[in-house]
Amino acid sequence: MTETHPAATNERGFLAPTGNGLFGWIFSTDHKRIGLLYMYAILTFFLVGVVLGLLIRLELIAPGETIVSAQTYNALFTLHGVIMIFLFIIPGIPAIFGNIFLPIHIGANDVAFPRLNLLSWWLYISGALLALASLFGGAGFPDTGWTFYVPFSIQTHTNVTLAAFAVFILGFSSILTGINFVTTVHRLRATGVTWGRLPLFVWTLYSTAWVQVLATPILGITLALVLLERVLGAGLFDPAKGGDPILYQHLFWIYSHPAVYIMILPGMGIISEVIPVFARKHIFGYWAMALSGIAIAFAGSLVWAHHMFVSGLSDTAIFVFSLLTFVVAIPSAIKVFNWTATLYKGSIALDPPMLHALTFILLFSVGGLTGLVLGSAATNVPVHDTHFVVGHFHYTMFGGTGFAFFAGLHFWLPKIYGRMYNRKVATAAWAAMLVGFNTLYFSMMVVGLRGMPRRYYDYLPQFTSLNVTATVGSWVLGAGLFVMFANLFWGSLRGAPAGNNPWGGRTLEWTLSSPPPAENFPSPPVVVHGPYIYPEEPTP
Amino acid sequence: MSAPEHRDYTGAKLGMWLFLFTELILFGGLFILYAVYLHRYPGEFAAAAQELNLGLGAANTVILLTGSLLVALSVSAVRRGGRRATQLLLWGGVVTGLLFLLNKYIEWSAEIGHGIYPDSPILNQKPPGEIIFFGLYYVTLGLHGLHVLIGTVLLAVMALYTATGVVHRDDFVKLENSGLYWHLVDLVWIFIFPLYYLLL
Repeated sequence: MTETHPAATNERGFLAPTGNGLFGWIFSTDHKRIGLLYMYAILTFFLVGVVLGLLIRLELIAPGETIVSAQTYNALFTLHGVIMIFLFIIPGIPAIFGNIFLPIHIGANDVAFPRLNLLSWWLYISGALLALASLFGGAGFPDTGWTFYVPFSIQTHTNVTLAAFAVFILGFSSILTGINFVTTVHRLRATGVTWGRLPLFVWTLYSTAWVQVLATPILGITLALVLLERVLGAGLFDPAKGGDPILYQHLFWIYSHPAVYIMILPGMGIISEVIPVFARKHIFGYWAMALSGIAIAFAGSLVWAHHMFVSGLSDTAIFVFSLLTFVVAIPSAIKVFNWTATLYKGSIALDPPMLHALTFILLFSVGGLTGLVLGSAATNVPVHDTHFVVGHFHYTMFGGTGFAFFAGLHFWLPKIYGRMYNRKVATAAWAAMLVGFNTLYFSMMVVGLRGMPRRYYDYLPQFTSLNVTATVGSWVLGAGLFVMFANLFWGSLRGAPAGNNPWGGRTLEWTLSSPPPAENFPSPPVVVHGPYIYPEEPTP
Repeated sequence: MSAPEHRDYTGAKLGMWLFLFTELILFGGLFILYAVYLHRYPGEFAAAAQELNLGLGAANTVILLTGSLLVALSVSAVRRGGRRATQLLLWGGVVTGLLFLLNKYIEWSAEIGHGIYPDSPILNQKPPGEIIFFGLYYVTLGLHGLHVLIGTVLLAVMALYTATGVVHRDDFVKLENSGLYWHLVDLVWIFIFPLYYLLL
């Protein structure tokens, strides 16, 4: 179905030049322009992270020193982690698609604090540049891993000070986005957009924003303490002065475990938008979906110590945190079951966004279930700090959030740029990524179960065949990614006009022209029903 | 390209309260460390706390509470349209902030003069609990002092805004939010003062 908006006659909408050139972008307070600024920056860092990941895999293709020294390898996986976590996954979906579509989804013309929004982008860029600057000072980039664990992060001569400060700034950027989104959802919903009519993407962004507001300050103070330890030596985490390094781990994970839900929840929101559109059905269990996001955010904030089962916790603490970890599986499973129930008897169209969304469900289920292997105290101990953890983590974060992000790109880029990519190429790239992904990360989990520890540049000869398989998988995955981005890039620049509603979506963004006009809604919209109303007959 | 000016008083207050939550949690991390280490080293914490200057701490409490009163009065003054009164009250708040920092300077100078500062040779020879106490003391009060400094600057900016008419009786949410920030600084101190100076 196609709807045309009265004001659909704009020439390239918000993308039209404002006459200020670059300044019209980097000082724009338009949420859509800020979203695209984030997209260009975040995708750049994502590609850097991918290259680093491929280098790590190349080093592991054979035992012993292959292409880099041990010290360089340590810096490689730290840089890969810091870039992928703090510069790609955490800001990724909220800062790009949240910024562009949250206001449109609720019928608003912008976020609540447009200038604060611009400031958070500038903070993101500053933090990112500081992180890159830390490559060149001191003894080079940190070799601590992205977790900055004490006491090593206080003793190492590498440039932890600058890198931790960079992450502190990035955290501040994240907090400002969270404050902005919570306020926007509360204050700027258009007439008729009740809580029960919010698109589920908005619900997940709302839950995420609360986690950002409530958890990120803990990361801020924790990293500030690492900085102070390095500069002043107050001894708060130094056993020689009476401090306790385990407390650092608690404080770090009080933020960083909820942070994985900052990463995954918006991805789940995209899946909840994509599946009804391509199944031509109302989402199954709207309120269960909306509230399970809140439940994940809440329960996910209480499970941090399951990262520390071998750090010397009491048996009682391990039991409690293990139990709570299993509790998180319940709302996650509610989401997976509701997506599959939405598909049941739907009129399914396997367009590229849907392929990525279905892949999300598969890979996230694998990632979630292997998470229970890790969350269970007995099985955690033998697989702790092995490649099994790395495989599990990438199934949830890359197979989950990553593929949700790709689903979002294929779903919304035609709306943002008004042009369609080549769908056959997109499908081929998806197939390569699916094969490459599983070859890479499934081999990792198996080699981890057989005992290969993570974060070593060397390994025993019996692990060679699985590592070679994984590395070959990384090439297939990398090739798929390259084709996907090239296709999307080409499509955004030169693709055929996509029309206002290429997929038959029912949320508000599809009622606007493509690209959306600079002022989203010429007159305030009035919404009279929920977002997923489809007629009985499948639409063409 | 500028967004249309829309004024949302409730939205601005909501955003500020969310920000204050994040500040509370930032300090919360330090209070958690305090709780854990107090549990581990109760005796040594008590011994170390004896060395703090209770008089200066109490004076700073009075100063901050007075400042909070002045700022609260400035908000009601701006609501009534008393432009001059608002400015005077805000500058009064600025003076309390500066007095607090001056006091802190005197206090810390004396302690540093006695060789008690993080990683100092004298401090490092003391028992672990005392090292941790003073480590936490300098970090927590330093972070709080930084907030006092930011708050003082905010109050000065608001006084200037009132003078230039940016803040007036129909649009005073900037002033009110700055006031909220100042009360947060006050509130955190209300917990710091007993925990470090009074109880042990």
